[in-house]
Amino acid sequence: MKFSLKRSMIALMLTIGSTVQANTTITIASFPDLDRSAKVAIPLWKKKYPKIDIKVVSLSYADHHNAMTTALATGANLPDVMAVDMGFIGKFAESGGLEDLSKAPYNGLQLKDKLARFSIPLAMSGTGALSAMPTDIGPGALFYRKDLLDKAGVSEEDLTKSWESFIEVGKKIKASTGAYMLASANDIKDIYIRAGLQDGEGIYFDKTGKVLVNSPRFEKAFQLAKQARAAGIDSKVNAWSNEWSESFKRNKIAAQMMGAWLAGHLHNWLAPDQKGKWRSAVLPGGVYASWGGSFYAIPKKAKNKALAWEFIKLMTTDKEQQLSAFRTVDAFPALLEAQTDPFIDQPIDYLGGQKARRQWLETARRIPAVDVDKFDPVANEIVNTELEKVLEQGKDIKTALTDAKNLIERRVRR
Amino acid sequence: MTISSSTAVNFDPPVATMPRHRKLKLWDWAPYVFISPFFILFLIFGAFPLGFSIYLSFHQWDPAMGLEAMKWVGLENYIFVLGDDWFRQSLWNTIWIAIVSGAPQHLIAIPLAFFLNIAFGHWRNTVVGMYFLPFITSTVAIALVFNSLFSREFGVVNQLLTHLGHLPILEWVFPSTNIDWTKPEYVRWQIAFVVWWRYLGWNTVLYLAALQTIPRDLYEAALVDGATRWQQFWHVTVPLLKPMMFFAITLTLIGNLQLFEEPFILTGGTGGIGQVGKTAAMHMYNTAFVESDFGTASAVAWLLFLFIAVLTWLNNKLFNHSGLKDH
Repeated sequence: MKFSLKRSMIALMLTIGSTVQANTTITIASFPDLDRSAKVAIPLWKKKYPKIDIKVVSLSYADHHNAMTTALATGANLPDVMAVDMGFIGKFAESGGLEDLSKAPYNGLQLKDKLARFSIPLAMSGTGALSAMPTDIGPGALFYRKDLLDKAGVSEEDLTKSWESFIEVGKKIKASTGAYMLASANDIKDIYIRAGLQDGEGIYFDKTGKVLVNSPRFEKAFQLAKQARAAGIDSKVNAWSNEWSESFKRNKIAAQMMGAWLAGHLHNWLAPDQKGKWRSAVLPGGVYASWGGSFYAIPKKAKNKALAWEFIKLMTTDKEQQLSAFRTVDAFPALLEAQTDPFIDQPIDYLGGQKARRQWLETARRIPAVDVDKFDPVANEIVNTELEKVLEQGKDIKTALTDAKNLIERRVRR
Repeated sequence: MTISSSTAVNFDPPVATMPRHRKLKLWDWAPYVFISPFFILFLIFGAFPLGFSIYLSFHQWDPAMGLEAMKWVGLENYIFVLGDDWFRQSLWNTIWIAIVSGAPQHLIAIPLAFFLNIAFGHWRNTVVGMYFLPFITSTVAIALVFNSLFSREFGVVNQLLTHLGHLPILEWVFPSTNIDWTKPEYVRWQIAFVVWWRYLGWNTVLYLAALQTIPRDLYEAALVDGATRWQQFWHVTVPLLKPMMFFAITLTLIGNLQLFEEPFILTGGTGGIGQVGKTAAMHMYNTAFVESDFGTASAVAWLLFLFIAVLTWLNNKLFNHSGLKDH
């Protein structure tokens, strides 16, 4: 009796043991809409690894990054694969809590030539560690309402020739249609400070950590924003606010500069009724900038690092997977091989049959490999505050930028 | 505590007859076992975070770097915060909003409670419930609703105001164009209004509860003496409400100085133009989650705590001075 009990216990334990071995689960922590591309990948993964399950844990954008911050802080509840958005990549890359993917056994830098040129440096820390692999990129574009432009009697060329002509067109549109050219004058500043950057240059800081805010680039950016505000062509609403989305529905916004992925958002929820009225153009003044992008990283304390790397390779360097993410969630592929697929040249109905993906690809090829800094969010917050003072309280631009520089230096305590 | 010690004295056998080293039986541990969940939970979720945040406030720490990255900096965080314009401004914003939203709450809640107490008869509980509704509604929902009410282009408030502004006589008083409520001069008023609206019902209910403890005889005696309603309110109700006033004002003080959700959502997390609507709690959040500086954020938290403690103490002094202890 006792003996058989013992034997059955052992048998039971063995079966449990073997099932655990056979059905390892790797956890992917992600956020919407990126989590959808991970879910799309599951059938492909199952073909390669039938016995290994994938669990996708998804939180809202801000919650996900806060949760990952606390997980890295305590080393608890870490996923095997961590999705990181562009806005957080600088911070996470510097953290040292992520595996250096440039080292063996990953040797991620060998894949460098397969991926969009500017995307890899974004995920590299100051010490040269590769903290994450890019999966999608966000080439910047100027989306505009063709119908409103026609009504105002202006062309796309007038719009994109230079920033001055952009502002002039904005005045005409405002006068003839009542629509604003920009959601916020801040948008111009955000783009202009990224204009003309060379590979390896930073937006707010240079390689040695020197603050670059007090420079002609920022001065011109502030001036343009001020001109736009003075011309009354910005509707003074923040992106992603209720008022912003409502403005689209009520034909109050004639143009929006953002990542190529905005087309998907416009189509899905911002302005589904305006199908065929929108077009995509290059950014004014020959600027090529990147708007976001997503990355996958492996925490140092993750349990299944080898499998996690396999999964990341699937998400970042598998052509099929990159294309299905492109089709399902409008995630522009970081993988060059996927960028040559005929899908690129398919017309987009929402944009009036425009072959906009080709245009975005051209942009993607010209985006400089900008250097990100851990303190970029701090600098961004301070610069925005100073710009508001310039726009709303008539603060002198030079003084504002000097103040911004001092504030940034003080806050990052370098 | 007092009860258990007195029972011990009364019912335990005299000390002399007790065995010196009585073996504790399993049974004797039962009370400790039963009460332990509270202490365990308190240690994990109460005492530990408190202690850790004090410890943290003396360190420089970016949490994404892991626990190993903590660097002892002594009082540097506190010195930085005290010399920081952003902190001082956020503190000033907090005090402004606390007073502008808090004071009218009590000035209106007391007469309102008095009125509700004598009017409405059977319907009183329903009316009280309606006043209480904003308090139990989710802050996020409230802030979002007010956000769209105060929307510049599409908000109901602006539509109403401009509509009135187009009427013949009223055009002198009301604006004819949409008001931008996000302008620095309006943001704080907007936040204060929402906070006032939200906690008015809560304070009314507090005062209503206190009113019901005032003996009816006092009012009858006042009536016999020929006191008017106003005299009853001023000479009977207000003095007897003092303990509740102390309690309610203390709660308002603490709550308003920790204000976070309403300004956060109404200003889209930025504090508005020139950060005029950024409260100290928002500043703390930004320091922690935008700037990844948890040490400084903890220092902000403890300075805010000290500040609230001092104000509560002052409030206590003020009430004692005005005769709270007599009741």
